Amino acid sequence: MPEQIKTSEQENAEVHKRIEQTYKDGFVTDIESDTFPPGLNEEVIRAISAKKEEPQWLLDWRLKAYAKWLTMEQPNWAKLKIPPIDFNAISYYSSPKSNENAPETIDDVDPKLLETYAKLGVPLHEQEILAGVKTRKTPVAVDVVFDSVSVTTTFKKELKKAGVIFCSFSEAVKDHPDLVKQYLGKVVPIGDNYFSALNAAVFSDGSFVYIPKNTRCPMELSTYFRINEMNTGQFERTMIIADDGAEVSYLEGCTAPMRDENQLHAAVVELFILNDAKIKYSTVQNWYPGDENGKGGIFNFVTKRAACNGVNAKVSWTQVETGSAITWKYPSCILRGDNSRGEFYSVALTNNYQQADTGTKMIHLGKNTKSTIISKGISAGKSHNTYRGLVRISKRAEGARNHTQCDSLLIGKNCGAHTFPYIESANSTAQLEHEATTSKISEDQLFYCKQRGISEEDATSMIVDGFCKEVFKELPMEFAVEAKALLDISLEGAVG
Amino acid sequence: MLNIKNIHAQVGDNKILKGLNLDIKPGEVHAIMGPNGAGKSTLGNVLAGMEKVEVTEGSVDFLGKNLLDLEIEQRAAEGIFLAFQYPVEIPGVNNMYFLRAALNAQRKYRGEKEMNSSEFLKLVRTKIKQMSMRDDLLRRPVNEGFSGGEKKRNEIFQMSILAPKLAILDETDSGLDIDALKIVADGVNQLRDDNRSFIVITHYQRLLDYIVPDYVHVLADGKIVRSGDKSLAIELEKTGYGWLED
Repeated sequence: MPEQIKTSEQENAEVHKRIEQTYKDGFVTDIESDTFPPGLNEEVIRAISAKKEEPQWLLDWRLKAYAKWLTMEQPNWAKLKIPPIDFNAISYYSSPKSNENAPETIDDVDPKLLETYAKLGVPLHEQEILAGVKTRKTPVAVDVVFDSVSVTTTFKKELKKAGVIFCSFSEAVKDHPDLVKQYLGKVVPIGDNYFSALNAAVFSDGSFVYIPKNTRCPMELSTYFRINEMNTGQFERTMIIADDGAEVSYLEGCTAPMRDENQLHAAVVELFILNDAKIKYSTVQNWYPGDENGKGGIFNFVTKRAACNGVNAKVSWTQVETGSAITWKYPSCILRGDNSRGEFYSVALTNNYQQADTGTKMIHLGKNTKSTIISKGISAGKSHNTYRGLVRISKRAEGARNHTQCDSLLIGKNCGAHTFPYIESANSTAQLEHEATTSKISEDQLFYCKQRGISEEDATSMIVDGFCKEVFKELPMEFAVEAKALLDISLEGAVG
Repeated sequence: MLNIKNIHAQVGDNKILKGLNLDIKPGEVHAIMGPNGAGKSTLGNVLAGMEKVEVTEGSVDFLGKNLLDLEIEQRAAEGIFLAFQYPVEIPGVNNMYFLRAALNAQRKYRGEKEMNSSEFLKLVRTKIKQMSMRDDLLRRPVNEGFSGGEKKRNEIFQMSILAPKLAILDETDSGLDIDALKIVADGVNQLRDDNRSFIVITHYQRLLDYIVPDYVHVLADGKIVRSGDKSLAIELEKTGYGWLED
């Protein structure tokens, strides 16, 4: 019998299937969209603002940001090789047509979109979510952002009873303009950096949260970001304000289809924490990372910053970064209030040709301010993973303390791990600790596990999981499970 | 149970085993002694399947199977256990979790039902008493921060849970004080039965006072050069290995 020869088509299908297994959220939703033609200029910005029926002050703000952006240059200090980005080849606004009349309730949302989120495992039906509570899940309110627009936000009414505002950014501009105006750009000014300026000019949607005084948000809040349309970028803006004594836990997740072209995601997140308030902000970042040859994937250039303006304010960033072709992201804390605390827990995993340059800035301004940094970088394949962090103690920050621990784990011989910790202290009473380790999954560890009967793949996953434990324990339970599964998937092909 | 025929093995270009033969029947305890660099640990690694040890000649039959054809984890599930001379640390991985994963992986391979956590806990409780181990070692990460003695004891504890058919103890006595040695030996003796065999690699006959072997072999320059009963170990203690050079 002649040997069977696979047609290239069959082979393609197989390859595709294999990739799909490694990135299960890489499908495209076939939906009619209202998408701006590619290009970036003042007209585009005016058009976005008009779509959103924005007040003049916001359009002016956008135009100011755009003018600023034009004078700036793309930063190149990170340890990243970023191919040139043609900002005129990107479309800056895309919305599903069915979303045009802003669906009032979940029943008005396009079934195709509902199906998309069901596939992604993001529950949107409040009844179903509540029914599930008894069996396993605590309810999580979610704002879902699809390309440039927020599709729906769940549990708004329940939250409103507690005085909590949770809505899309566009709605906040309409319904709570004073709050937006008071805080917009106050911790990430438009000219802060190249990508924040771009975002300020073209941002299309995002989430808005306000927790009133002495209120503990009755449920966890979350946003799920999805890029779907081709040749678009996603530029969302999230703002969370925790008033005196308020408390909230917020989660965000994100995915995108698999495409050969790179897509840009440039977001800005601003957090404001007043006296005795607390925000816990968790991210599981799973943007499409590109294929095993480094083709495609999301460029994830994000500015996240928290202002602990009040006394005893506390913010905690926890991130699990497994996706994106390139990650450039430094969730930071401005510790202005006395006794305020900032925490940064991070797991960043890179495989194949992924690059990550991520870390944090802890700016100690108030007295007795404390910060903790725990960063775990895992590099596999031919990837490069960089921790970059700054701890700055100002003159008047008496008694400030920081503890930094950054650990790198290497899998294989062709990857790189880099650590750039910067420390600036202008106050001699500050106490700063820094620990750093780099290790490899050793052949000895694998041999030991295998000798006990555990397969190499399971052993690797176990070792990586153990390495990340300190960060995972900071995540809300359900997220921790998801994060662990995600690491396993992202490591596929890294061993053996 | 185990039949090693004319095994030649090397690490890189370094030829270590040069025609080793050994036959072990169920229930037997064989002690392997010999000078440093003779290939004692390599023998253990060949049986366990360490990748960097290359077998260039010979065969190993284990319970009717060609052992050299099997992957490391398959050999483990078939019943080969190696108590390491230097047990590795696995930071952040809970000892109990690790051991249950190992046991269930083996059970799955053998087509047995996996153990749920309460069944496993029961098993652990009984074994830990026998090993006089402290409970907190179970909750700590695998071998991390363990003293030398605790690591060795943990190896024997793992052995008692995994219940192998052939256990290879690679210098388990090294670095142990006399009390720890007794506990380890006691753990091994409790597992001795008619179907389970042991290869005990050691430098000192002291261990063999507590784990009494059926056979003692002298391994030198990659071969077994002398075999005898326990009295051979006592003789070696007196004469050393200098006579090998004559």
